[in-house]
Amino acid sequence: MAQHESDSLITTEVSAAETARSEIPDETVLRAEELDVYYGEEQALDDVTIEIPDRKVTAIIGPSGCGKSTFLRCINRMNDQIPSCRVDGSLAFQGKDVYDEDVDPVALRRKIGMVFQKPNPFPKSIRDNVAYGLTVQGKTENVDERVEESLRAAALWDEVNDQLDSSGLDLSGGQQQRLCIARAIAPDPEVILMDEPTSALDPVAASKIEDLIADLAEEYTVVIVTHNMQQAARISDKTAVFLTGGNLVEYDDTATIFEDPEHDRVEDYITGKFG
Amino acid sequence: MSTETDPNSGITGGDADAHRRRDRRIRRLLFGCTSITVLTTVAIFAVLFDNTFNFFYDVRFHEWLIGLVTEFRLFPEQRVAITEFLFDTEWRPSHADDPRFGILPLAAGTLLVTVGAAFVSIPIGTATALYLSEYARPRTRKYLKPTLEVLAGVPTIVYGFFALTFITPNIIAPVAAAFGYDVGRFSALSGAIVVGIMTIPMVASISEDAMSSVPDELRNGAYALGASKFSVSTSVVLPASISGVMASYILAVSRAIGETMAVALAAGVTPRLTTNPLAEIQTMTAFMVDSTRSTMLVGSVEYQSLFAVGLALFIMTLAANLVNDYVKRSYREVYR
Repeated sequence: MAQHESDSLITTEVSAAETARSEIPDETVLRAEELDVYYGEEQALDDVTIEIPDRKVTAIIGPSGCGKSTFLRCINRMNDQIPSCRVDGSLAFQGKDVYDEDVDPVALRRKIGMVFQKPNPFPKSIRDNVAYGLTVQGKTENVDERVEESLRAAALWDEVNDQLDSSGLDLSGGQQQRLCIARAIAPDPEVILMDEPTSALDPVAASKIEDLIADLAEEYTVVIVTHNMQQAARISDKTAVFLTGGNLVEYDDTATIFEDPEHDRVEDYITGKFG
Repeated sequence: MSTETDPNSGITGGDADAHRRRDRRIRRLLFGCTSITVLTTVAIFAVLFDNTFNFFYDVRFHEWLIGLVTEFRLFPEQRVAITEFLFDTEWRPSHADDPRFGILPLAAGTLLVTVGAAFVSIPIGTATALYLSEYARPRTRKYLKPTLEVLAGVPTIVYGFFALTFITPNIIAPVAAAFGYDVGRFSALSGAIVVGIMTIPMVASISEDAMSSVPDELRNGAYALGASKFSVSTSVVLPASISGVMASYILAVSRAIGETMAVALAAGVTPRLTTNPLAEIQTMTAFMVDSTRSTMLVGSVEYQSLFAVGLALFIMTLAANLVNDYVKRSYREVYR
């Protein structure tokens, strides 16, 4: 626990602490080993091995179609919704392979929240949106407190506290996305997956979400897929670069990836020479 | 280059007027077809109203209107009091000595069948829609939905026959007997069940369309929060599609109100103010079928009562359609 606290203190500081932070040994929360994913005949992920540390922000970057989102959706088994999807290899959450027979994907998703590319609030009130996860998970105690805490944590409380009963759809796009973040953290998951959470938002709204992600890493492990390299550089501790064919080409501290990547292809991608 | 029009540019020419005329002709033709529907509706209403007026006042509305204008004849004497029509509890228009024209027994018959039918079609139709939209594999849905829609195309007289020869003797009678009740050849329950079955496809098909159009993002959002499939179906998909689902209910109800042949065969021809579903009753529509087949004098009160009942039916289904419109508008959620 002490380990975590020191981690999160550092995480809130800016990149000057980058090197210091990387020296602290990470506790792995997610570990993929030789993970292959197929959609029918097509291979979407090829032999991915990665260890994602607890209470850090891990960014996943790469060109379109490189398997970033596929990887993300493997973690909470959202790929189960796609009938043609097949997964080989192992993907462990807190040491337990999430594709084991005895794993209940519903229970898994209660530990691993997700925020999507397009804000997708339910056509319900703001309060009911945030409380939805609590309701379906049977956590019916102190719902109002949890709703308020989550909205505060998502930096939305001050904007909506006087309209909790109005529809979540009446909010602006950026507010809707923060509502979705509040909704994801209300049931208090361990990990939050974010699939290009700012790509549908204007720059001001996007920067609010970025600030929020840094705060979230104090309590949660954040894995974020992004198309925006500056964003990855700004907010993440670790960066994984996927290139075409579903290959994880390089995975390291964000500073290393952006300043001194090992592979030329990664450097080309980051400097915009391809992708 | 000058600003003068180049005669050889090809964008001017003598065809312009011809094109305009053609467009106008086509527009008039299409408008003509459209107006047939509108005019028919207006004509039906006018005939119903004209004759209903005759039922109450022994003079057709348009005749009275002409009389009023040419000879200043004011309101004629009432033949049947409107209060009798609305509140009397007896309907026996062909009674020789004491005919009575209280629509309540017929309206109650229609209501009994309609409410009973809703208890069948709404739960089963909604469950079917949820299954097709949320649970069925794409292949299953591909074959099942057209099958369901075929069910909607079965002639209603066939359903009535089915109720008379199968539902009543093989389902209702044994069950009623087990509880110590006796049930005759006709019963409101039989009519309600068969009209309910008949309107299941309507509820299922329209609700399924509404549920399928709920964006997948909402489902994924709920799944990602650890919702089970049942939670996603009932707490996200159903509320998000509620306007379409409600619309299907109201359409089914309005169809049940107007349904004729099945109830005429299944529910009977005895007007009776009752809430007992095992009793033989008569609906408004069944009365109209029955009367038009019997030998009655054109122009008699009994004959005119057909129009009054018809107008009442017309108003009921119109009301249902207006409610449908209102529900659709007020429940509509806009997805961005």
